Amino acid sequence: MMLAWLLILLMAGGILAWVSGRLHAQAPRWIALFVSLACLSITLFLWTQTPPAISPAGTWLLRYELPWVPQWGVSFSLALDGLSLLMLALTFFIGLVSVLISWKEIKNKVGFFHFNLLWVLAGITGVFLTMDLFLFYFFWEVMLIPMYFLIGIWGHENRTYAAYKFFIFTQASGLLMLLSILGLYFVHGAATGTYTFNYFELLGTNFPPGVGGWLMAGFLAAFLVKLPVVPFHSWLPDAHSQAPTAGSVILAGLLLKTGAYGLLRFVIPLFPENAQAFAPGAMLLGVIGILYGALLAFAQTDLKRLIAYTSVSHMGFVVLGVFAFNQWAYQGVVMQMITHGISTGALFILAGLLYERLHTRDIRQMGGFWPAIPKMGVIALVFVMASLGLPGLGNFIAEFLTLVGSWRANPVLTIFATIGLVAATVYSLRIMQRVFLGAQKTSKGMRDLSFREMVIALPLVALILWLGLYPQPVLDLAQGSLEEQLEAYQKPELKTTSPNAVTLTAHPQDSVHTLKGGSHALE
Amino acid sequence: MRLNDLTYLMPLLVLVGASIVTMLSVAVKRNHRVVFGLTVLAHLVAMYFLLPLRGFTYPIPPFLIIDGWGVFTMGLILATSLFVTMVSYAYFEQREERKEEYYILLLLATLGACVLVISQHFMALFLGLEVLSVSLYALISYLRTREMSDEAGIKYLILAAMSSAFMLFGMALMYAVTGTMAFPEMAAFLNSGQEMPLLFLTGFGLIVVGVGFKLGVVPFHMWAPDVYEGAPAPVTAFIATVSKGGMMGLLIRFISETNGYRYPSLLLIFTIIAIASMLAGNLLALRQKNIKRLLAYSSIAHLGYLLIAFLAGNQLGVEAVSFYLVAYFITTLGAFGVVAFLSDNVRDADQLEDYRGLFWRRPATAAIFTAMLLSLAGIPLTAGFVGKFYILASGVNTQQWILVGMLVLNSIIGVYYYIKVIAVMFAQPEQKPELRKVLHPAISFASGATMAVLGLLLVWIGVFPSTLVQLIRGLLVTFMASL
Repeated sequence: MMLAWLLILLMAGGILAWVSGRLHAQAPRWIALFVSLACLSITLFLWTQTPPAISPAGTWLLRYELPWVPQWGVSFSLALDGLSLLMLALTFFIGLVSVLISWKEIKNKVGFFHFNLLWVLAGITGVFLTMDLFLFYFFWEVMLIPMYFLIGIWGHENRTYAAYKFFIFTQASGLLMLLSILGLYFVHGAATGTYTFNYFELLGTNFPPGVGGWLMAGFLAAFLVKLPVVPFHSWLPDAHSQAPTAGSVILAGLLLKTGAYGLLRFVIPLFPENAQAFAPGAMLLGVIGILYGALLAFAQTDLKRLIAYTSVSHMGFVVLGVFAFNQWAYQGVVMQMITHGISTGALFILAGLLYERLHTRDIRQMGGFWPAIPKMGVIALVFVMASLGLPGLGNFIAEFLTLVGSWRANPVLTIFATIGLVAATVYSLRIMQRVFLGAQKTSKGMRDLSFREMVIALPLVALILWLGLYPQPVLDLAQGSLEEQLEAYQKPELKTTSPNAVTLTAHPQDSVHTLKGGSHALE
Repeated sequence: MRLNDLTYLMPLLVLVGASIVTMLSVAVKRNHRVVFGLTVLAHLVAMYFLLPLRGFTYPIPPFLIIDGWGVFTMGLILATSLFVTMVSYAYFEQREERKEEYYILLLLATLGACVLVISQHFMALFLGLEVLSVSLYALISYLRTREMSDEAGIKYLILAAMSSAFMLFGMALMYAVTGTMAFPEMAAFLNSGQEMPLLFLTGFGLIVVGVGFKLGVVPFHMWAPDVYEGAPAPVTAFIATVSKGGMMGLLIRFISETNGYRYPSLLLIFTIIAIASMLAGNLLALRQKNIKRLLAYSSIAHLGYLLIAFLAGNQLGVEAVSFYLVAYFITTLGAFGVVAFLSDNVRDADQLEDYRGLFWRRPATAAIFTAMLLSLAGIPLTAGFVGKFYILASGVNTQQWILVGMLVLNSIIGVYYYIKVIAVMFAQPEQKPELRKVLHPAISFASGATMAVLGLLLVWIGVFPSTLVQLIRGLLVTFMASL
């Protein structure tokens, strides 16, 4: 019930914020602040309560289920495990930050803005919690419309185009997922006789040959577009750069994560065989994303667009890790989801703050701001360093774990992925250099961070440091549920736990000796 | 004909009686309010008499049959017509023409549609069809002072008369082959032989012309944009819902009674029509600047979606058709209701520019219109989503991958133009819009309340579809048995 309350709180709060906007201009802000704070506290409360208290067996901490459309086997089914708990904490934290960052930025239609903000959060919360595929699609779409409005109404100059593009890309890929969900539903129903959308029952469905691949492709379409993976990424730079600051923060911090979450939660456990067959291709796409995103990020002059492309690059690591199928890579992916949410969110916030002061996002018109706004400079330095993966900050842990994990699966691609880290250094430092260092371009209207802005920035800094220095609580929390996602992959691995004997075959004198047995054999 | 039959025909008799009473009342004294009241009352009474007819099959040979499907579609038609009546009052109140006859025509058109869906004989079919069509000729050109309205009426008259002629010819051919005009005997004839006689197929093809015309599917769709644009907004709503729904009801009855799903050639015809309608409707809607025309093209596409479920042919398919009809009726009524609501006494609010910044001027109206458009686009929280989901399910279930793929592709195209309208409504108005004459609040209350009810129904069905699913399954249980 606690889980349903989160959704009710967000949705009701959204409506209340909209209505209250007519009474008082500031009321929606306070309502949104209160609601996101309340949700964050509930989530943190659940975290402190977690392991022994509510999980007698298995990794699920809380479950809540109501029949919804019993005729079709649809239920209003929510469940919480370590992974969703982490995602929820991130959601509400980012949500809180978004409310605060919009405090001065959004001046018109405040009520409707906060309605949309809270409903996006509600949709995202639903996506992270639901364990019914029909409901999942439902929430997947619910987060779409408010986001469309956030971009389309409060965005920058080219907002209509960006909003369209965002909507049509996600809608198209979502419909393909819906087809796959239906396909899965009927395949499972035909095989077992029970027609249901329940995730737990659909796990372990056996597919007729050739069907599984198509069904997985539908899911992949939705998640890879959302993530985004390179050939499907073109909506992202537009949407991110045209959205208002809060919109960009939510897009980068949360919406992209729903794609990664979907891969982990649905694609991997539902389609173990097909996912393994597709893994090399997916990892290749990931590596292409890492390098291509980095390359394009380096070429941008629009600050928000630049940050948007860094997201493409960072999300490449997620794909790489997800399709490595091992615990290390998955820990890295979860860390990446959280730290990328925080660090990129923070960079978008800084871009928003600069835009408020300069009314431009063009980095050619920036430069030498450090003396004028040292506090902002320091904050920016922290997150630029986080973005390039400096040890001590969260992103390093994430990328390191991902690379370690993916090395075990595919060393060649991992080497290329590592080059991405070097590229990250280049584009990240370029932000610092072009904006804060060099000759001072202008000092007009430059004021340093206000109290409110410090309140936003400091927790972000603290979090990214904490994640970099002591990530163990996060890793522990995610562990159980990640193992569960990998369950279907354990059996084939069992065979290889006894390492294949290293065979040294006799060869003619001048030939190269070959080792058989692969990486496991060397352990 | 037995005396007992009369109780089963009560809904129809009520409509007939009401139209006569209304006519007489107009003859005594013209009073818009009284006529409006009588019409609303007639619908309610007809629905009241419809209620006890659920749950069994009662043939009235040779012409009619009352069964679950008939009761469901009749109820849907009556409810829709009631909603049309509700929005008509404010719309016609501000116009100079004589308003009262409109309601008589509306009652007769509803009667025609009701006869259509319970007919099991070509005679009854044609009778219902013509009662519906003839009333529509007059309804479409009701605003005689408007050139567009006249033009639309003439267009519809010529094309409808022609399609009726095709249909009659088709019926004649089928009669020549089978020697009967009743559906059950026709089914018996077809069951006796394996192959479908070529002449029968030809006749059926000619009937498809008539059916396709009424449904407004490609390639019989040419009239739709012009008639939608020219007809008064409530009449447009009526054509888009009752007229199409009635024909869909008939089509499903005819095909399932004659067991037409056995013949691949028939299914192929409808598959081609479905794909062409989806594609043509959505592509032509893309560049439309006129809301009524846009909705016309969109309805062409939606009938294409509906045909997918129809083609599925099994129980799930018929359920999906029923559900989609309900969702689509609510949505269309809401959309045209908003158009009617915003129209003034010079012209209908049909230009896209009329809607610029509507959300900031009239948030409630714009919110309802947004909900309707999102429902047409099939976005969750609305009935349209569940309807589309149902259709997809029936398509996936029978593995019609081409049709399902086309549906997905077309939904994406469709999203573009629905969103376009929404974006216009949410855009900042550039200049202060001229304040339009606002009707007396009591007059627009009927429209406003109807819109609110439709909006709530839309969301209710979108969020809790199980009630409606249950209702449909309960009603169709007798019909399904014969499927």
